[in-house]
Amino acid sequence: MAPSIADHEEEEYVHQEEEEEEDDIDFSDLHEQFEVQMEEGLDAFVVVDGLPVVTEENKPKLVKFLTKRLNEVGRAKADQIFMPIDEATGKSQGYAFVEYETADQATAACKQLSGIALDKKHTIYINKLTDIERYGREGRIDEQYTPPPKEEYVQQEHFRWWLSDINARDQFIMYRGDNVGVFWNKKKDTPEQIVDRLMWTEMFVKWSPLGTFLTSMHPQGVQLWGGQSWKRIQRFYHPYVNMVEYSPKENYLVSWSNRPISLPDGPHPLGPEEEGKNFLVWDLKTGTLLRSFANLEVRGEEEGKRKVQWPVFKWSADEKYLARIRPGQAIEVYEVPGMGLLGKKSVKIEGVVDFEWAPETVKLAGRKDTEQLLAYWTPEMENQSARVGIMAIPSKTVVRTRNLFNVSDCKLHWQSEGKHLCVKVDRHTKTKKSTFTNLEFFRVTEKEIPVELLELKETVINFAWEPKGDRFVIITQQEVPAGVQVGAAPKTSVSFYGPEIKKGSVGNFKLIKTIDKKNSNAIYWSPKGRFVLVGTVSSQQFFDLDFWDLDFDGEKKDQPTDVAANLQLMNTAEHFGVTDVEWDPTGRYVATSASMWKHTMENGYHLWDFKGTLLREEHIDRFKQFLWRPRPPTMLSKEQQKQVRKNLREYSRVFDEEDLYETETANKEVIEARKRALQEWTAWRQRTEKQLREERVARGLPADPFEKFKVKKEEATVIEEIVEEVIHESEEIVA
Amino acid sequence: MRPIILNGHERALTQIKFNRDGDLLFSTAKDHVVCAWFSANGERLGTYHGHQGALWTVDIDPTSTILATGAADNTIRLWEVRTGRLLKTWDFPTAVKRVEFNEDGNLLLAVTEQRMGYLGTVVAFNINSDVDGPQEDEPIFKITFDESKATVAAWSYLTKFIVTAHEDGSVATWDAKDGSFIQRVQAHEQDMLITDMQMAADRTYFITACRDKTAKVIDVNTLQVLKTYVTDTPLNTAAITPLKEFVVLGGGQAASEVTTTSQRQGKFEARFYHKIFEEEIGRVKGHFGPLNTIAVHPAGTGYASGGEDGYVRIHFFDKAYFDFKYEVERFQPQEVQTTA
Repeated sequence: MAPSIADHEEEEYVHQEEEEEEDDIDFSDLHEQFEVQMEEGLDAFVVVDGLPVVTEENKPKLVKFLTKRLNEVGRAKADQIFMPIDEATGKSQGYAFVEYETADQATAACKQLSGIALDKKHTIYINKLTDIERYGREGRIDEQYTPPPKEEYVQQEHFRWWLSDINARDQFIMYRGDNVGVFWNKKKDTPEQIVDRLMWTEMFVKWSPLGTFLTSMHPQGVQLWGGQSWKRIQRFYHPYVNMVEYSPKENYLVSWSNRPISLPDGPHPLGPEEEGKNFLVWDLKTGTLLRSFANLEVRGEEEGKRKVQWPVFKWSADEKYLARIRPGQAIEVYEVPGMGLLGKKSVKIEGVVDFEWAPETVKLAGRKDTEQLLAYWTPEMENQSARVGIMAIPSKTVVRTRNLFNVSDCKLHWQSEGKHLCVKVDRHTKTKKSTFTNLEFFRVTEKEIPVELLELKETVINFAWEPKGDRFVIITQQEVPAGVQVGAAPKTSVSFYGPEIKKGSVGNFKLIKTIDKKNSNAIYWSPKGRFVLVGTVSSQQFFDLDFWDLDFDGEKKDQPTDVAANLQLMNTAEHFGVTDVEWDPTGRYVATSASMWKHTMENGYHLWDFKGTLLREEHIDRFKQFLWRPRPPTMLSKEQQKQVRKNLREYSRVFDEEDLYETETANKEVIEARKRALQEWTAWRQRTEKQLREERVARGLPADPFEKFKVKKEEATVIEEIVEEVIHESEEIVA
Repeated sequence: MRPIILNGHERALTQIKFNRDGDLLFSTAKDHVVCAWFSANGERLGTYHGHQGALWTVDIDPTSTILATGAADNTIRLWEVRTGRLLKTWDFPTAVKRVEFNEDGNLLLAVTEQRMGYLGTVVAFNINSDVDGPQEDEPIFKITFDESKATVAAWSYLTKFIVTAHEDGSVATWDAKDGSFIQRVQAHEQDMLITDMQMAADRTYFITACRDKTAKVIDVNTLQVLKTYVTDTPLNTAAITPLKEFVVLGGGQAASEVTTTSQRQGKFEARFYHKIFEEEIGRVKGHFGPLNTIAVHPAGTGYASGGEDGYVRIHFFDKAYFDFKYEVERFQPQEVQTTA
């Protein structure tokens, strides 16, 4: 099984070859299809139709006029226009033959000039002479329109079948060696394999954002797989594709290659407009290309030095807009699916460095309509301070700006519901000798978007919002005096923040706790919030993972009482060589993995529960990727969810029973298997030993083969030796 | 379980062997010296000098009087254990990779390397147990391998067969009287070299270690694979423990790759598996190079391992080792004991 694009075609071809003997094949259809066009010399000729009927005298006038029009796309001299005159009437017949200099010019004429109006009455149609020969002959084209046969409706597989698993298990992908497999999570037990294919992908795999499709990457393009049979659902032709980005609702796809497309000679679905482009925007369901874009030329920076910031094209939450930045100049916002620039102009923002869409559609206070929001920032320029702005799209109105000073860098962090925007501002002192970080919080949903400022003395190296929450974790690092430490990375501090308890709204952000002298560099929140894993990832020396709970049930200890959180470290663990951390979409499990893409030491994965209990570890040679299958948002209403939460005990009892039953049966099976193994072994041993004894007796040997080597007891004598040794001698004078 | 570390070799260990009483341990390494040790305290009894090349193999007869060694200087040498006196030297065209006495100590087999136009062979010699008596010059018979060379070989119970394990992952049996072929089985993965083979105490079954990262327990009579132990590293050696139903496996990355990888990744641990249930039950760390050879004390009270790092480590088992039992084993204590 090798479902790559090329192999698939080859497969079909081989299949055909095997099935039919060459002699029996009727090649006439192929002959027709691939008939070699012999009339090469006529390629430069076109037939112009729909001309006015003129008399002999007026003909030169018309020819002159026509020549002018026809020369718009190529060169056709007046004497190369042949307009036949009907001898009976002495008038022209409304058509003419024209010879262009080259066949290309003739093609261009057909494309560009056909269908234009000469005057009110006359519209000309231009066709290639060879085309008229080919299609215009009698019998070639059916006079009568016959509607194409209606395709039989085929029931499609359910693309979300995995959600109906009776035990609500989650699926994950493992890419190791050349195999890609999808598995059910079985907690402590060996994952249950659903499908496993060799060479399923040639670069990496990726789930679509709602988990419907599995994406495989090939030199020929991108393929999507899904359904219970894991069949191919769609493929997108893009030679040497490097990256792919889905729109949030899985309706569109952007693929990118660092090599500009150069159209191959063979058959392919791309048009001439795609030549030299890097980005292709696709409609996912139909597989049609919406638009192509080239890489932006970056001014003043050397080729190759600049890292590609992926994604380049960013989708708004409602998928209606696709935007990218023209660094230092503007943000280009395109309307989907028309793919035209919004308002036919890009949004000019001088100096703009980066922007981020709000991850959800946010309703601004005091406004009836909702718009998509995007945040952007501009650095300090002549006579102007650095600035962060929030803009509403499609109206392009700037709803909030804030000026910043002494800025060296900014990062924009939206909270997952778009309620808050945190701008991490790396600032430098006036002497530019040291840097520190300010966090500016924009309360997007509140009236006039108030901003709260949190000033820190250190630099923040990582920031993460709690999904659907108001709390966040930061990792800070003391500045390293230049050139002092070599090798040893400076210690980091992990700080937890939460809002003050305040009725009716979210209070000010306040520090819950700081843990110093850590090596942590990465924050992974559970997708459901509350739990967070803070760890050291992709480091050479440290591999620690801390599992935190922010709503611990027990008593609050040494932390402020007025903050809506109760922080508790649940477990600290280690995973040697960890490079990736992935929460499952339900927030029940975490997988940490060591990928051979980063290093080749102890590749494999560990599976933990949310409390940090190690459930399973597996070392797998040439392990590359571990990806949980995402789940679409729940379809239960808020009330239903509340109901579920209320009756959680009831449900959990059922699940506990099921789990218990499963482990019991599993244990039983193991014990049974062991019993069997032991019995078989014992039986075999008894048989062999009996046979051995018999054979020895038959040869007249004693039953114990080593009898003759045994030292007879009587011969051995015990020699007891008593050695006396003076250890210490001292004299004492007794008075 | 604090090990006794024997630091007497300057180069990688190739084979270690306990004598039948388990009080002595013999070791060979790629330096040109054979060492004899007291296993109880790790004191060196003495060395045997004379070989001109790297030593590959050693064996001791059941009475602990004669020692046989094979080396890359293309010789087998017989030594008097007590004095270190050289008794006999047999010359071959190629290196000697494995020597072994049969259970009576009156026969010796040797595996010779395939090299420089010479095919690999197994030869069998009569051994005169009198240290002052003469030894025969010519072997009783010679088995020549024209397809895949043998890497290791051993005698079966009652000196019925010679079992050979091959470069291509197969094992074969030969009649121990005249060297005629009996049968061959592809026990391991195709073209994966079998690195070690050790007999159980009564020589009715044996364990093989292979580069395909598995070890297998095989019946001598039928060559049927009884058990398979799957690991995550190429194996160099495997041994069966008496007393307890375990096997000990050792290996690690190929010696040539060790310098490029960390100790942690090298997998230089001795691994204990349950012989019957094929499950890993423990590991012993310590070496900082791959394990080349493991020998188990004949009484089952300890084991020794020799590594590419030049050290031999002798371990005596703790009480926990002897107490360890699976649930199902506890239910049938009597039956288990009969199988020991």
